Amino acid sequence: MNQTETRELKPAEKREAELPAEQTKPGLLFTPAVDIFETEKSLTIIADLPGVKTEDLEIDLRKDTLTIIGDVKSPESEGESDILREFRTGRYLRRFSLSEVINQKGIGASLKDGVLRLELPKVTKAVPRKIEVQAG
Amino acid sequence: MPGTRFSNYPDWGVWGPFRGLERLRRAMGSVAAGSPGYSTAGVFPLTNVSEDQDNYYVRAELPGMTADQIDITATVDKVSISGERAISEEGEGVVYHRRERDSGTFSRMIGLPGSVDPDKVEASFGNGMLTIKLPKSEASKPKQITVN
Repeated sequence: MNQTETRELKPAEKREAELPAEQTKPGLLFTPAVDIFETEKSLTIIADLPGVKTEDLEIDLRKDTLTIIGDVKSPESEGESDILREFRTGRYLRRFSLSEVINQKGIGASLKDGVLRLELPKVTKAVPRKIEVQAG
Repeated sequence: MPGTRFSNYPDWGVWGPFRGLERLRRAMGSVAAGSPGYSTAGVFPLTNVSEDQDNYYVRAELPGMTADQIDITATVDKVSISGERAISEEGEGVVYHRRERDSGTFSRMIGLPGSVDPDKVEASFGNGMLTIKLPKSEASKPKQITVN
């Protein structure tokens, strides 16, 4: 059923973010590419955050707004001079508002090879109880 | 309408009915050229090349890949990076709301401004960032010239 056709990857420009509020910390701000999908039980967000280490990643969930912030230190050391620069590095930021009610205690996050995987389990709704009507 | 066709695909050239669209398409393709400061070769992955006294450095962002999925070959003045990026299948019953991450093959050759010693090239891959360190050959290193 699945026809996997390997095609060539196209380069994507890193998207610079424009936020309504200005950043107090200087530096570039980028919007990371994400995949979001949902099953019956959970919502999963996968974000490409190359260059971000676990200690530089911050995930914040409050009032149904999920914020992902990843800081990247410039990989070039002091003595290096640029010959070709096709991408820049900076902070990654993306915000989502969650429509489902999320079970905050069950959130799982893992960061591997620059890819963040966030599992947000949904709150299981109470099972409706049938009420028998006694024929009287 | 009577007319003669010399080939199956009429070639209107620059005067065809789609000339406005073609101009727009070309302008869209060079959006990157309008960005201040840097341009892209239009090939994945986007790479940065830098140098210091002794080495050239080539860096590329390849999130989600592992070191063994990337093929790197180096010659005296070129380095090529190729591989395939796979996005894991998530299974049945999954509803996607966003699908922005791309998967597929890539292959790119980068020419270096000077010559390097291919036997001493080192590559490291961490947090989705590939760094290739290419030590310059003696001929490429800058030489101090003393004035008598």
